[in-house]
Amino acid sequence: MKRRTFLQGTLAAGAAGLAVSAGLLTPRMVMAEGGGAFDAKTLDDALKAMALTPEESKDITIKAPEIAENGAVVPVEITTTIADAKEISILVENNPTPLAATFILGEGATAGASTRIKMGKTSNVVAVVKAGDKAYSAKQEVKVTIGGCGG
Amino acid sequence: MSSIKLKAKVEGDTVEVKALITHPMETGQRKDKKTGELVPAHWIKEIIVSAGDKTVMTANWGASVSKNPYLAFNYKGKAGDKIKLSWTDSKGEKDSAEADAA
Repeated sequence: MKRRTFLQGTLAAGAAGLAVSAGLLTPRMVMAEGGGAFDAKTLDDALKAMALTPEESKDITIKAPEIAENGAVVPVEITTTIADAKEISILVENNPTPLAATFILGEGATAGASTRIKMGKTSNVVAVVKAGDKAYSAKQEVKVTIGGCGG
Repeated sequence: MSSIKLKAKVEGDTVEVKALITHPMETGQRKDKKTGELVPAHWIKEIIVSAGDKTVMTANWGASVSKNPYLAFNYKGKAGDKIKLSWTDSKGEKDSAEADAA
């Protein structure tokens, strides 16, 4: 039920929404049932799967270490002052599957989220904020000395 | 025992929700050092946090969120709000926890 509301709310305006309503894609294919954007192998493909073409913005703050000694646990905090921010995504450009997380801000949620992510090697961490029908991004490089993927 | 440690702290008119979840978050790309075989993927896909009857945060995750994941965010709320966090992983396992904002 919540997933349905979310799909209607966020995808209705985008191309993916058109595809859904035209019956070309089922919501399941679009959403993260282990598929879609979370399976994309490059940053560009992930953004395409999310139907986002973000423009760079200075109103997004990424709090992440410049050097991460342990790539298995890299703390990342994203905050933004962009009005009407609805979704915050964290992508790691050089990870095998760049999209790490998408946070959908609910009622009253302030525009920010913190988590910890894995990074295979030194990479840009990209934050994408969706507000209205626009998307904005910012990036910060995190140097990784010991990779967090693989043993 | 619950897999979730959930805290909700009131500061002024905002509530800071912090959660720590015990979960392996396997990507499916890591090899077992002893056997050399890939460890099957197993990660939390979705987290829903509600305060009372409002959903304040939905997180969709990929496998590159760290093991024993951490999540923190703020929302406009007050002391006494009933916070509930539930997660679902790639194997369909679920857990949830509740806490009062204080």
